[in-house]
Amino acid sequence: MSDAAVRARANDIPVYEFDSLAWTTPKPLAESRVALVTTAGLRTDTATLWSQSDEGFTVLPHGTNDLSFAHFSPNFDRSGFNLDINTVLPTDRLDEMAAAGTIGSVARQHISFMGAQKDHNLATMRLDTGPAAAQLLREDGVHTILLTPV
Amino acid sequence: MYVDFPLGRPLGKPLDPEFQTSVITAAFDLLNEPSGPVLVDFPISIEDSSSEMLACAIPPRFDPDLHPAVDEALGLRAAYNRTVEKSGRTSVGRSGTADDVAGMIEIFIKLADGTPLSEIDVPGGDHIAVAMDLRSYYEEAALSLSDHVPAARQAESWLYRGTKLGELLHHAQANLKDSGAERRDWYYVMPSTHHRGD
Repeated sequence: MSDAAVRARANDIPVYEFDSLAWTTPKPLAESRVALVTTAGLRTDTATLWSQSDEGFTVLPHGTNDLSFAHFSPNFDRSGFNLDINTVLPTDRLDEMAAAGTIGSVARQHISFMGAQKDHNLATMRLDTGPAAAQLLREDGVHTILLTPV
Repeated sequence: MYVDFPLGRPLGKPLDPEFQTSVITAAFDLLNEPSGPVLVDFPISIEDSSSEMLACAIPPRFDPDLHPAVDEALGLRAAYNRTVEKSGRTSVGRSGTADDVAGMIEIFIKLADGTPLSEIDVPGGDHIAVAMDLRSYYEEAALSLSDHVPAARQAESWLYRGTKLGELLHHAQANLKDSGAERRDWYYVMPSTHHRGD
């Protein structure tokens, strides 16, 4: 079975639909502080595997290389992450963009959730852990987030 | 921005900074759109290579008194160590360390022999975490045995189709499923991309 078959199985799963969509005119990128949010289920410890329904998040200090790919689901390629952390969490690329002046700065910390959740409405993530993670990033002065879904 | 890349590789290509930067730049360009919502496709697609196994030499049998999968796993230890030394990280550690690999495999030998899961003492109580550790150990070892950057899913195809451990995991998974174990307990033993007949 290929990725295409895995995607096809997930295509028709109903998801939460918002009544309205937020739209914000962003700060110029060159003045923006940028953070990464991934759904790869990364952790700073190797001892814990995410549970299948955990809609919590982990905080990943910028520059931490010693991360483990702890996603509960085995249905993802992991060799890309094993070879190069930037395949999932492109911290080096953001550092380069900050040095070049393309972005204003890089956040002090990034966030990982875990995708492929059992609750496809993501109620906990929408109402609790998502806003809590956003608050952490706002306190760090983050303006823009790059989401890397896994 | 929708990226048609292999699942698990949202930046598309490992060890390719130029490509990764092009993906991020394309996403950031969307910030200039005057109104939204915006949905565009990244112009380059990358397919996984699940049908191809990583070309990866497996060490020959060393100790014929050991189960073939245990002997194989111990033979991969030097390669695993090289990968961890180079990358500075490992995803092995949920049920034990690389020193515990033989014990981890013993759990699946028992399952493959038909021992009920409830009668097996599993470190941490979760054989799925053990299966994850074994996968990480093998895939991390494989990176030091291959001379090229593997395409997506080639390393897992090598593990589940080309190794003694892979064969053992298939037997264990089949026994779990046939014994009426909960779906979670057999389904997540390995990626669904390698399940046989479900």
